[in-house]
Amino acid sequence: MFDLDKWQEIFSTINKNRMRTFLTGFSVAWGIFMLIILLGSGKGLQNGIDAQFKNDAVNTIWFGPGTTSKAYKGLQAGREIKFTNEDYEYIRKHIDGLDKVSGRYYMWQNRVISYKTEYGVFDLIASHPDYFDIENATMTEGRFLNQIDIKKRRKVVAIGEPVRKALFKNGGSPIGEYIKVNNIPFQVVGVFHEKNERDETRLYLPISTAQMISGGADRVHNFAVSSYLSAAESEELEKTIRTKLAERHRFDKDDQNAMWMWNTLKEYKKFTNLFLGIQIFVSIIGAFTIIAGIVGVSNIMIIVVNERTKEIGIRKAVGATPFSVISMILLEAVLITGLAGYIGLVLGVGLLSMISSILPQNDFFQNPEVDFTVALVSTVVLIVAGTLAGLMPAIRASRIRPVVALRDE
Amino acid sequence: MLNNTKSLNPFLMITLKNLHKSYVTGNNSLHVLKGISLEIEEGEMVSVMGASGSGKSTLLNVLGILDNYDSGEYYLNKMLIREINETRAAQLRNRTIGFVFQSFNLISFKNALENVALPLYYQGVSRRKRNQIAMEYLDRVGLKDWWTHLPSELSGGQKQRVAIARSLIGKPKVILADEPTGALDSVTSMEVMDILHEINNEGITIIIVTHEHDIAVRTERSIKLKDGVIENIIYHKSAYRAVSSF
Repeated sequence: MFDLDKWQEIFSTINKNRMRTFLTGFSVAWGIFMLIILLGSGKGLQNGIDAQFKNDAVNTIWFGPGTTSKAYKGLQAGREIKFTNEDYEYIRKHIDGLDKVSGRYYMWQNRVISYKTEYGVFDLIASHPDYFDIENATMTEGRFLNQIDIKKRRKVVAIGEPVRKALFKNGGSPIGEYIKVNNIPFQVVGVFHEKNERDETRLYLPISTAQMISGGADRVHNFAVSSYLSAAESEELEKTIRTKLAERHRFDKDDQNAMWMWNTLKEYKKFTNLFLGIQIFVSIIGAFTIIAGIVGVSNIMIIVVNERTKEIGIRKAVGATPFSVISMILLEAVLITGLAGYIGLVLGVGLLSMISSILPQNDFFQNPEVDFTVALVSTVVLIVAGTLAGLMPAIRASRIRPVVALRDE
Repeated sequence: MLNNTKSLNPFLMITLKNLHKSYVTGNNSLHVLKGISLEIEEGEMVSVMGASGSGKSTLLNVLGILDNYDSGEYYLNKMLIREINETRAAQLRNRTIGFVFQSFNLISFKNALENVALPLYYQGVSRRKRNQIAMEYLDRVGLKDWWTHLPSELSGGQKQRVAIARSLIGKPKVILADEPTGALDSVTSMEVMDILHEINNEGITIIIVTHEHDIAVRTERSIKLKDGVIENIIYHKSAYRAVSSF
């Protein structure tokens, strides 16, 4: 039902009432703009939190020995618990539901590592091969540690990208080269990459080699295990590990000091819960923003119709039908809110992409973006609401008796 | 009171039979028109006079289908106007009746030409065509050179001439003028009356509500209202109209 003449009439009315048009349009554009910014900021926060956890496998449990704080089965409190290679074998064999298992042995942290004349200080980690998956690393060259390295206590290392950059400046492949760690030569077998730079600036060597070199016998300082379990199952697993190891090492399973545990899934869950909270908060604010927009638009529509009472009366006196009055007011409302909504949408999305390109990558706020469907739906909702808001006064206007409208004040 | 409601006169433009109208405000009912019976022939120029509150404006609103009535009968151009819907009323106003108001009632943001052309917009006449016709009517009231002016840029007399052009453009059968000279000085008033006479000479029925004697004597007869009834009807033999149609 496109009537060119009707649109011409509407355009000429809009054109001659610019202030009124601007005010109506501004309130709509502002509402949409704020909504986009709000939704985008919420998304940015979520992206930031997600990125925090992307570095590690999210279903990892870390645990290590401590000192007992309770007397248990005739044993005094204050006893130091020690984990060994036997515990590693035990965990692999007797605890169900585990995907990857790795022990870690601490020695020579922050040692000077050298290759020919180049050197640097890096973190040295002694672990099992499974540690690679737990850290969510990827190989860029060569291989990671394997079970044969462990068995044969090979003097091999896998180095991170920053280590390669620092030591192999001439650009040659480091694979097969020997680097010196604490003056002991180690052969480089692979180069790995990790998203988290701190976790990348390090070297891995077989746990057995480290135990041998430092005379640590069969000690393991802590374990990291990963699984494919849900949060609830993961908590169950946590309990199983604690109970079984408590039995093995004879400490009270309720003695928190005897063994520390850190369940990343549980921590992640905390964050996702926090985020869910933020999301609900953002949604509520968003809904209220839309409501505020609707109220604003309705208010202006009512004022506009009141202001136009006399004009409507004149139009009716010269032959405007109720339908023509309603359609005139409604089309005008749809046109203004639609156009203004679109402007608000474009400005909001524009500002978000500007923020995303200007703002430095931050741990807690990344890539603010807006789900375009959500943005579009909210714009349409506001336009429809604006139209409905215009409908009531429009119908009322169509019922204005010309006599009343034309009465001299 | 008139009682000559016999057979239908083929020249009757307006016939009122025992028309009653009350306004209800809250619990109070104000009986404004208390049985008006009246016949106006096609081509007549009639004035309606009376003190304020006598019901003359209400009568004009009923005649203009701007307001409804409670009981009695109203025939406009031999058609009974009773309980018709808003859309039909709008069409009748558009095609049969032209209005001239004391306060002009021009749309403030439209220029003289657009104001005059407005009734044709509601008749579905194309923009070009209606602007062309509107220009002709503006020319007739001597305002051709003023067509771009907004109402605020026109004098009272000019505004009323624009309003008259607007009332004529739909080729109405009846012009209803509510105190058309009420806001004008005496010289301008006479000019407006001259224009109304010219229109009347073309056969359009004109009904003027006024309280000014000078205006009333320039019509063929004056219907005097008092307290909602017709008090008397005075026939004028004015200098401008030697022969009354009665």
